[in-house]
Amino acid sequence: MSEEKGALTVPQEEQALAPRQSRVKAFFIKFLGRKTAVVAACFIILLVIIAFLAPVLQPFDPATPDYDAILSPPNAKHLFGTDEYGRDILSRLLAGSRLSLSVSLSSVTLGAGLGAVLGILAGYYGGWLDSLIMRTADVLLAFPDILLAIAIVAVIGPGLSNVIIAVAVFSIPSFARIMRSSTLTVKQSLYVEAARSIGATNRSIMWKHIFPGTVASIIVNFTMRIGTAILAAASLSFLGFGAKPTEPDWGAMLSTGRNYLGVAPHIVYFSGGIIFLTVLAFNLLGDGLRDTLDPKIQ
Amino acid sequence: MSEPLVVVKDLVKTFVSSKGLLSPKRYVHAVTDVSFTIHPKETFALVGESGCGKSTTGRLVTRLLHPDAGQVIFDGTDITNYTVNQMRPLRSNMQMVFQDPYGSLNPRIKIEDLVAEPLKIHTNLSAEERRKVVYELLEVVGLRTEHADRYPHEFSGGQRQRIGIARALSVRPKLIVADEPVSALDVSIQAQVLNLLKELQQKYELTYLFISHDLSVVEMIADKIGVMYLGKLVESAPKEELYSNPLHPYTKALLSAVPIPDPTHKRNRIILKGDLPSPVYPPSGCMFHTRCPNCTEQCKVEKPALREVSKDHFVACPYV
Repeated sequence: MSEEKGALTVPQEEQALAPRQSRVKAFFIKFLGRKTAVVAACFIILLVIIAFLAPVLQPFDPATPDYDAILSPPNAKHLFGTDEYGRDILSRLLAGSRLSLSVSLSSVTLGAGLGAVLGILAGYYGGWLDSLIMRTADVLLAFPDILLAIAIVAVIGPGLSNVIIAVAVFSIPSFARIMRSSTLTVKQSLYVEAARSIGATNRSIMWKHIFPGTVASIIVNFTMRIGTAILAAASLSFLGFGAKPTEPDWGAMLSTGRNYLGVAPHIVYFSGGIIFLTVLAFNLLGDGLRDTLDPKIQ
Repeated sequence: MSEPLVVVKDLVKTFVSSKGLLSPKRYVHAVTDVSFTIHPKETFALVGESGCGKSTTGRLVTRLLHPDAGQVIFDGTDITNYTVNQMRPLRSNMQMVFQDPYGSLNPRIKIEDLVAEPLKIHTNLSAEERRKVVYELLEVVGLRTEHADRYPHEFSGGQRQRIGIARALSVRPKLIVADEPVSALDVSIQAQVLNLLKELQQKYELTYLFISHDLSVVEMIADKIGVMYLGKLVESAPKEELYSNPLHPYTKALLSAVPIPDPTHKRNRIILKGDLPSPVYPPSGCMFHTRCPNCTEQCKVEKPALREVSKDHFVACPYV
């Protein structure tokens, strides 16, 4: 740099911009303005706390049957009633939060990570790589989710960790697809060309310039897939591929409760209700995060 | 005369556009046989209507696009067939300033990181040193150091263009290709940015390839001017020569269209007939013959070559 500094032209257009806070603080102030998202975040935090404290909180042992109170509706002793073996539903839901949350979160995170990488590579490089990745994704998408998951579990064997892998695999195509289309849009933008003109490498263009622009759509899809993942993991458990029948799992409870819909609808109401609320909370949180992360939305 | 910094010889670029799988491929002749040289510390302006290939020429010179034919020589090196990887180290010597200051800055990256990005790629400066350079650059372009911590959307168009200029300047390039750098700005701001560009040129000994459709802007900044029409260079001359003695009928028509801020002044406008022909089906012979007031039968057949009529004054028209 040369020694003689100092403004060469004093621009009239320049006005003082408002003083600003730190980024983290600004993020929280903006996020707190979105009431539904805050409620959803609180609900999810509460769920996580419950998942950690489940052994302390549960009034009964979730696996111990009570044959004197089979299919009993909600009452003073069993607040949410009991299931077909007389197991306390509240205790099973509390205990099940651990299983459902860990399985769905880890599988969708895995799927989102792999899908995003594949999608951005396909969108950025195009050509045969794009064809290879996207046609493979199309093949995976052609299977009904659950059939694909069953096929994968059938190949790699039953068990919870394999359920996570199966659910992750069938999450990959949707993430790859979304990531690819976002990449194609952002790739056309002038700022990517500007980055190329200053000599940025492909890797830095992909991760510094394109990826942040696609995070919003990934977050939204992530929250949507959590719901699907909970249900898929549940279905696999129901079919005997995932959680053992004695293990408390929301989806498995919903699946078995279906058989008693006529005589004991409370099983389905409570287990379905908690899945519904969890999925809704993740969706609302996703919407809120997307708006908060977009610097153009105030 | 010093060695030219940029030599462009017979540059050709054609884009393929296809409407569908079965329809025949169509070729858009964006740039046809364009040649010019730019000497160090000089401003060469390319002017012409939108779609005449001036931006494509700019991108060919910086090798963001690969030419179909012709040669680009930068600082004595033939870079026509350089790969992306070969070009990368050279990019510290040639930077671009873009037309749209709203689109050319990534909205999710802070000003400091945007301006420091070329430094990160091309130098080994530490984060602390980079920050120092960024602060200096912001002051040089007329912004304040505290602006470094902000995002592009917090700035006005003129301020953003200043950021774009600071970014281009950060690696101290020899050549800056400015692609319509002021056409998205208010007239009052245009003058400020143009003045800034001129002052920076003197301070840092920059060479500009300045692309614009606005002849009054070009008059303010250019040393030499090339007039493009439908992908071809029709006239090129030093500024004073071109404004006082335009020879090509298209240049005359263009200059007659420049508004003069004097309501009593009577203008002899040359109104061109017809529309700009499509670059997909360019006219035969002289590109301009469909709209030329002096068109002859010969013009419809023969492609006129650029010839030197007086020193440094080139025209592609046989009748001048």
